Amino acid sequence: MTDPDPRARWQNPAMRRRLRRRHAAERRFRAWGMLAIGTAGFALVMLLISIVVNGYTAFQQTRILLDVRLDPDVIGAAEGLEGETFEGALQRADFQAAIRDSLRALFPRVQSRADVRSLQSLVSSGARTWLRDDLRRDPSLLGRSVSLWLPADDEVDMFAKGRVRRDVSEGSRRLSDEQIGWIDALEQQGRLRRFFNSGFFTSGDSREPELAGIWGAMMGSFLTLVVTLAISFPLGVAAAVYLEEFAPQNRWTDLVEVNINNLAAVPSIVFGLLGLAVFLNFLLLPRSAPLVGGLTLALMTLPTIIIAGRAAIKAVPPSIREAARGLGASPLQVVVHHVLPLAMPGILTGTIIGMARALGETAPLLMIGMVAFIVDVPSGFTDAATALPVQIFLWADSPERGFVEKVSGAIMVLLLFLMAMNGLAIWLRQKFEMRW
Amino acid sequence: MNLGWILLVLALLAGSSFVLGRRRALASAGGKLQALHSLPGYYGWYAALWCGLPGLCVVVIWMISGSWSLDQLTLAQAPASLVDRPQAEVELFLNDVKNLASGNVASAAGDPGVIAAAERYHSLHSTGLALALALAAALSMAGAAIALRRVNSHLAARVKVERVVNAILMLSSSIAIVVTIGIVLSLIFETVRFFHVVSIQEFLFGTHWSPQTALRADQVGSSGSFGAVPVFLGTLLITLIAMLVAVPIGLMSAIFMTSYASHRVRAVAKPVLEVLAGVPTVVYGFFAALVVAPLVRGWGKMIGLDVASESALAAGLVMGVMIIPFISSLSDDAITAVPTSLRDGSYGLGATRSETIRFVILPAALPGIVGAFLLAVSRAVGETMIVVMAAGLAANLTCNPLAAVTTVTVQIVTLLTGDQEFDSAKTLSAFALGLMLFVVTLLLNLVALRVVQKYRERYD
Repeated sequence: MTDPDPRARWQNPAMRRRLRRRHAAERRFRAWGMLAIGTAGFALVMLLISIVVNGYTAFQQTRILLDVRLDPDVIGAAEGLEGETFEGALQRADFQAAIRDSLRALFPRVQSRADVRSLQSLVSSGARTWLRDDLRRDPSLLGRSVSLWLPADDEVDMFAKGRVRRDVSEGSRRLSDEQIGWIDALEQQGRLRRFFNSGFFTSGDSREPELAGIWGAMMGSFLTLVVTLAISFPLGVAAAVYLEEFAPQNRWTDLVEVNINNLAAVPSIVFGLLGLAVFLNFLLLPRSAPLVGGLTLALMTLPTIIIAGRAAIKAVPPSIREAARGLGASPLQVVVHHVLPLAMPGILTGTIIGMARALGETAPLLMIGMVAFIVDVPSGFTDAATALPVQIFLWADSPERGFVEKVSGAIMVLLLFLMAMNGLAIWLRQKFEMRW
Repeated sequence: MNLGWILLVLALLAGSSFVLGRRRALASAGGKLQALHSLPGYYGWYAALWCGLPGLCVVVIWMISGSWSLDQLTLAQAPASLVDRPQAEVELFLNDVKNLASGNVASAAGDPGVIAAAERYHSLHSTGLALALALAAALSMAGAAIALRRVNSHLAARVKVERVVNAILMLSSSIAIVVTIGIVLSLIFETVRFFHVVSIQEFLFGTHWSPQTALRADQVGSSGSFGAVPVFLGTLLITLIAMLVAVPIGLMSAIFMTSYASHRVRAVAKPVLEVLAGVPTVVYGFFAALVVAPLVRGWGKMIGLDVASESALAAGLVMGVMIIPFISSLSDDAITAVPTSLRDGSYGLGATRSETIRFVILPAALPGIVGAFLLAVSRAVGETMIVVMAAGLAANLTCNPLAAVTTVTVQIVTLLTGDQEFDSAKTLSAFALGLMLFVVTLLLNLVALRVVQKYRERYD
């Protein structure tokens, strides 16, 4: 009944058709898998490219070379030149006038009041502060004429970077044709150039995109993370040690374990609600402060550290413990002198990963008021502050065109920090991980 | 003077009692280590704990109850005209008093009642702190004295110290329970207050969500604006879109990585997924709002569809991308956990790789994959920044993915950011939404855990 020759079976056309179909299905399945991975990779590449393309210009700042004459009469700083009133005179001085005069000297044909105003608006409103700082640093500049590269307005900045197209109709862009003409003239005279935007890394937030920086937000993030680390690390390690080494097998321990696993999956915004209700409304801690942000993020990070810590402690072989006990060490001595040092690389890796997550976290911080517009760089744990991701959120919400590149620039800085932290974690793991 | 100083004083006291305890133990043993019950350091710790813990208790009590009792004392002495008023105004008054007392003169300067209260508050505050410091120091020194009297070579210092440390460790591990209770209590407390204003049925089954108008009209007792169904529906819609993206891609990625990928492909693909998992959600939100939403809108225009600029589709797509690594890594674990014998048996019967995966591996790994799916849903429901930045604010009762919808998390954020007074139904409703969110994610997590645990051991 069966084929006498097994090879004949493989030559059966129906069978071969079936086999072809099955192999085609196999190839299709494999292609779907590759497509899935490819899609994920494509999404990541799109994400990174769109951020880099939008954001690399955030590290550049367009400046205009102006020959500013710091005439005591014009800026009105003459009377207060002696001693302590110099600072007061600086505060009163009208540097805008000096900038206006220098611009008018460049474009003598601009006469009408409105035109002068629109000419003046090419220079950032922060240029005054630059002039003031220069004069404060070197009072001998008073009465002299100095050539200074002053920051351009964000619209000019966007135009010079090619973010605002020249060929759209005048009505749909913020710069008038006249202003573009002036910009071109400045460029031809070599008075318009792009510089490295150091202010982006050294100043706080600002309503003016060309002046806004991330230093304040970075300090806020740093202070917040210090609080987070100071609270979640000791607590997390203590909890992990207890659960792995000392906890009796009873219902309480089970309850603790279930709770930790659940907390790890609670949405971060719920921790924000907890922070709002407990730290702000019940304990009356200051709003918008890194202290509260750090406390909230610490509660959120705690499960991560506990889980990582338990895994690291569990990985230490029992023989170590038995040897130490055999030499007369008490249970606590075994843990403190032997288990913890051996588990420390693993615990630190988990902690760094938890900190990286806390650094990128935004939602809980929104709940406790770290979303305010804060110009000053925070210097203490109870100062009002924002954090880097919150700053990104705030800028992304701003309508000004100039903030788009700032957002992307800030994102690049944030991603860089995260990559550095994760890299450190991987390095720690590879360098100190022990295979028993 | 503030708490920091008290803590510093306590630390100094504890440090010196450590030194004293250690020295006393050594002296009582005549300098011979073997005559001591424990190592000398333990006697130091023993004294330091006796010294530091009572003081710390005082500090903790001061932190918890100090500001409350100050408030009450200030109110008790303030003129009745300022105090016999609604809760919100009293809180405002206290706020003014505190601002004034801390030197922030700009607020409510002028009112003599407030200024007098502020001065009293200031003096009460300093007195309270001084008292706390004195009490803490006295208790610490008393503790240290007791401990030092007890120190001698026969004292089992190590045992006692370890008992305390053990208790501290246990307390640390109980923090998890405290936090859970804190979450539940704070959410329930505010939610109950909310349900005094708006009925539960109204909240759960009402179809009109518009908290802003309610704030303006609450004098006439307007209700009917806190029907959360559109908000829930919007959350479901965006979650559904996200899962439609994330489940096929994540699952197929996991299958490909475990069964097909060569080492070189894996070396590229694994980091890609890890980076996707590590990108902060605010970055995804920016991507959704600035890149994907205009793209989706443009495509819609091209084929003649009217797409809202904050469409559910854009937010859902990006959220799906965010969840891909989550699903793929959990499914990866589930697939690798299937014993090789099953795989080999299937190959031995002549099945192709894809047939093995579809008919053997996936059914065996199904509990894990279902668990991954449930956890991913819980993450999508709780995800905040993507939807805050890319989804809408207005609650539309629609299932159209091209329209703008809002979600639970978006509403919580918009209701609670900015200045707020805590009595309005508007802010309280955020806590009701938060409670819903917490309960739903908790249930999803518990079910996921059950599913995985119940079926995991079948093939071992």
